Amino acid sequence: MKELVVISGKGGTGKTSLLAAFAYLAKEKVLCDADVDAADLHLLMAPRVLEKHDFESGHTAVIDKDRCTECGLCRELCQWDAIDETFVVDSIECEGCGVCHYFCPEDAVDFPLNTCGEWFLSETRFGPMAHASLGIAEENSGKLVSLIRQEGKKLAEEKGLNLLLTDGPPGIGCPVIASLGGATAVLIVAEPTVSGRHDMERVSELAAFFKIPAMVCINKFDLNPEEGQAIEAFARERDVAVLGRIPFDPVFTHAMVQGKTLFEFNGDSQGAVAVRKLWEEVSGRLEL
Amino acid sequence: MILSVASGKGGTGKTTVATNLALSLSGDVQLLDCDVEEPNAHLFIRPAIEDVQTITAAVPDVDMSKCTLCGKCGEVCQFKAILVIGETVLPFQELCHSCKGCIRACPEGAITETTRDLGVIERGRRNGVSFVTGKLRIGEAMSPPLIRAVRDFERPEGLTIIDAPPGTSCPVIASMKGADFVLLVTEPTPFGLHDLKLAVGAVSILGIPCGLVINRSDMGDDRVRDYAMEQGIPILMEIPFDRRIAEAYSKGELLVEALPEWKERFQALQQRIERLLDSGTVEEETSASE
Repeated sequence: MKELVVISGKGGTGKTSLLAAFAYLAKEKVLCDADVDAADLHLLMAPRVLEKHDFESGHTAVIDKDRCTECGLCRELCQWDAIDETFVVDSIECEGCGVCHYFCPEDAVDFPLNTCGEWFLSETRFGPMAHASLGIAEENSGKLVSLIRQEGKKLAEEKGLNLLLTDGPPGIGCPVIASLGGATAVLIVAEPTVSGRHDMERVSELAAFFKIPAMVCINKFDLNPEEGQAIEAFARERDVAVLGRIPFDPVFTHAMVQGKTLFEFNGDSQGAVAVRKLWEEVSGRLEL
Repeated sequence: MILSVASGKGGTGKTTVATNLALSLSGDVQLLDCDVEEPNAHLFIRPAIEDVQTITAAVPDVDMSKCTLCGKCGEVCQFKAILVIGETVLPFQELCHSCKGCIRACPEGAITETTRDLGVIERGRRNGVSFVTGKLRIGEAMSPPLIRAVRDFERPEGLTIIDAPPGTSCPVIASMKGADFVLLVTEPTPFGLHDLKLAVGAVSILGIPCGLVINRSDMGDDRVRDYAMEQGIPILMEIPFDRRIAEAYSKGELLVEALPEWKERFQALQQRIERLLDSGTVEEETSASE
């Protein structure tokens, strides 16, 4: 089985709209939304949830006032200043390291497991989908990303489907690193702006750091062709295949407003024509 | 005053708002780029960099000549960052959260502190604006400690504008906590609205007043406006889609320099925020204006 992860470094370059368009074009696949922090793919896929599970990960310290003698050791040891003068733990600041729990001489610090999100196995008009939502202000997004990709792979194996199409998170930190491990390839959606180029360079270095083959496409190419060409030059230097140029086309926004993929909204638009060509290139590279 | 510019969804225009606001105002203004995974503000501010420093995190170093393989270090570690394997102890420094629990747990004093590079902080100036940006090392997973290191440069006396990362998890919280006001930049699309709701949830957990900037305000539908009205969140500025704005942005030009009429609009935005904060809660201001 193969997995294509769509990432971008910079947010808002069109990852999810593009992945939804691929969902329409790809024949046999499972969809996976690994942007668990701000998951949007379900807005276009309208999944019918078949299974819903709690995501439990990490712990938070809770001080039991009855047992606490206010000796102050926990406040001294906490590296996050998460315990106030009244010996109440700020659950947002608490890193879940357990140092206060482990070293409290009175055994007054409880350390319950957190439920910090949910994950779902669903059916969509394009096939099965694994998706998740991290609770607001929660931690462990990297672990949820790893879990949902695993679940996506299991679904694909069960159903005998040979492709996992994964919508990745923005950035280059913990959730993105968790979305890369073991992927067949990443497709970087770049935007021809100075910031888009800067962010594409950093995320392609990240893919190289973890030795994941990378491909790039440039969205809204005609917005600034010079920046687009600079991205392509950088890509060629780093052996990153440049697979497509998509023109700026408001049809992406119009399709999104109606909750449709690009092809369901207008398959003849110039944006759709470019995405179809891009998918041929990508699926050729993946040997689908 | 600390003003954090956040969004939920990426690519909605946080950096545009943060940089242009900073460069429109006079007085003691500081701009902190806390989107340390993909920092972009420096591309627009183009500051003269005066200082670069490496930021590190504390991680364990084990002296095997003192270690008795008792395993207490691995027992206390919640992050599987130190393990006794066979006849040795393996610290996995990239997994370490720097809680120092293993150092304290070791009965032999065999564990000392060494460091892992998180990234760098660069400081500089442009016109009157003092600028600080963090850049996460490629391959480093944990951005919150670097974000906190950037925020250590906050000066309480003037105005501090924070360019926050997208999302709603720990890096965003680290960039909003303690702010006096959060400016949420969104776009009027289904993705914009969905992620805005998450961001509003994060802001309300922290108990910080917030207001909206709607970018590309004529490109989607009315659901973001309806939601803002329903929730009593004031819309403080709208930026219509304008190909000239998009092209200036693509070249790394500041909006207030490419299209100077925007300078007054950003000044007006700041005045609206100050009025909201002076008049007490945001809710009171909204109901007063209705």
